[in-house]
Amino acid sequence: MFDAEPFPEEEESEARLKILVPIKRVADPENANKVKVSADGTQVTSEGLEWAINPFDEWSLEAALRLTENRAEKKRTGEIIIVGIGPNDDGMMRTLRSALAKGAERGILVEADDASLDSSVVAKILAKIAEKESPDVVFLGKQTADGDSNVAGTITAEHLGWPLVNYATQITVADGGFTIKRELDTGVQTVSVKTPCVLTSSDRILHPSSVKNGITPDDFAYPESDHARTAPLRDIMKAKSKPFETITLDSLGIEAETTVEYTQFELPPARSGETTYVESVDELVQKLHGDAKVI
Amino acid sequence: MDVLVIAELLEGVARKTTHSAITFAKTVAEATGGAYDILSIGEGSAAAADELAKFGARKVITAEVDGGYLAESYAPTVAANAEGYAVLVATASAFGKDLLPRVAAKIGAGVAPDITGVNTDDGLSYHRPMYAGNVMGTMKVKTDVQVVTVRQSAFEPAAESGAASPVEAGATADRDNAGQIEAVGIEVVKSERPDLAAADVVVSGGRALKSSDNFKSVLEPLVDALGAAMGASRAACDAGYVSNDLQVGQTGKVVAPKLYIAVGISGAIQHLAGMKGSKTIVAINKDREAPIAQVADYFLVADLFDAVPEMTSAVDKLAKS
Repeated sequence: MFDAEPFPEEEESEARLKILVPIKRVADPENANKVKVSADGTQVTSEGLEWAINPFDEWSLEAALRLTENRAEKKRTGEIIIVGIGPNDDGMMRTLRSALAKGAERGILVEADDASLDSSVVAKILAKIAEKESPDVVFLGKQTADGDSNVAGTITAEHLGWPLVNYATQITVADGGFTIKRELDTGVQTVSVKTPCVLTSSDRILHPSSVKNGITPDDFAYPESDHARTAPLRDIMKAKSKPFETITLDSLGIEAETTVEYTQFELPPARSGETTYVESVDELVQKLHGDAKVI
Repeated sequence: MDVLVIAELLEGVARKTTHSAITFAKTVAEATGGAYDILSIGEGSAAAADELAKFGARKVITAEVDGGYLAESYAPTVAANAEGYAVLVATASAFGKDLLPRVAAKIGAGVAPDITGVNTDDGLSYHRPMYAGNVMGTMKVKTDVQVVTVRQSAFEPAAESGAASPVEAGATADRDNAGQIEAVGIEVVKSERPDLAAADVVVSGGRALKSSDNFKSVLEPLVDALGAAMGASRAACDAGYVSNDLQVGQTGKVVAPKLYIAVGISGAIQHLAGMKGSKTIVAINKDREAPIAQVADYFLVADLFDAVPEMTSAVDKLAKS
């Protein structure tokens, strides 16, 4: 049977970047205010909410895709391996397949209970897989939209002994690595890093000219958007036939020993009081000065 | 429990972020009968140490690390000074979030990231917002040494107190990944306005301001009339109206001022995560149904291009009266 390949592979002579992109599925972050806590306070429940790709992972996946393609010629020029960690269920598989449909070459699911995972276990798993796969880059989201921890990527780098650049907003392929601009609180830092390395990204990585890989022409601009690309329907169907491997923690020789433990969850106290609609600037200033005493 | 505070230096001066980590250290040390020290690390560590010595620490330790900030050059030196401490803490700025997990992995410690509270009744347990601030988790760190980053807006900055702490030179260690990563430079953003994460009043603008010029001509006069810090929504930063370090939200700065004024900001969940801890919240928006109403105490339904200049003169008048 003829299988049309819309993105044919580049000849072997090209230096092919190989990137590992970990993906977490999270309760729909656009509706995070609808998550609930179980009556005994031991669990967060997201019943009624769809699973979605962690948006921070989605940005990093977008950057990884831009690093491994000639967008002008719509050709894939490198390899992306998606890594999911968690239960082998519908929500997980749909999330990972949608990442494959966007262009990643293959996927790995490491089966594990969500409850047995924390940033340190996740980092151990990712380091182990990186040792096996020897990618040029492990490209993570800087945080997850549920735990909001900002920790796993950094620990992964330390386990591997690789350099790490957090919060990348601009990436240019340079000799043996990248020149990266990243956001710190005090300004924008420029860092030069060699592969293999660990990267995380920041919001601005979705800008039209944030990634220069030396293959897509430098003057090519990705669409103005604050969202990553979406996969066309036909690619979602095709993603089901991409190479996919399911493995266990045991097979990696990893014991899921967490370093932190959550004992209680609760909903934050609601903001007290109603919204007062004021009719004019004068009334607003009067209320802020006279009632709230904040100006 | 003895606590080591990792100070955040910029050009030889300790940033204010450090003062929140000191407050945490003081709280834990006092409740557990321990002491707290401060590590002044980076370029100009000795000069910064003289300032840091005013905060009542048992001692201030200096460690000069050159070459611009990189976790790869700082983490080994932090680890070399960490022995004997039960808790290492920094503030959860980009610096703290970047550096401390690397230190934690080096010494085999668990991390309590971006906490907003600590309970000292039975060991240490930490409170922290999750799900963009829609769930509060209580957690413990199970390892012998605990690594903590504290949310700046949740811990009052420490005040200077008592006699000067002794300053001593600490250990330094070779950097990691030499030849594999270098800090080329940093474009430091300087502002005369108060620091966003520590300001009493914050005025933030959204995409509705439509341009960088409008931020300058319409919003900034109100910001300055109130002596406020200026913030922005992700959309406004993405559009390039203001620099990215002004972003308030889940992926930007988290602020909790006495007064937060959201101008032309609809109030996406990711933005609310960064400001809903503010004491009084004002929304100025054309759309009275905008999600920002969920958290606003006062809502003025108006065109910002009329309302903001009018408010600026009203505030000026108030200041003169």
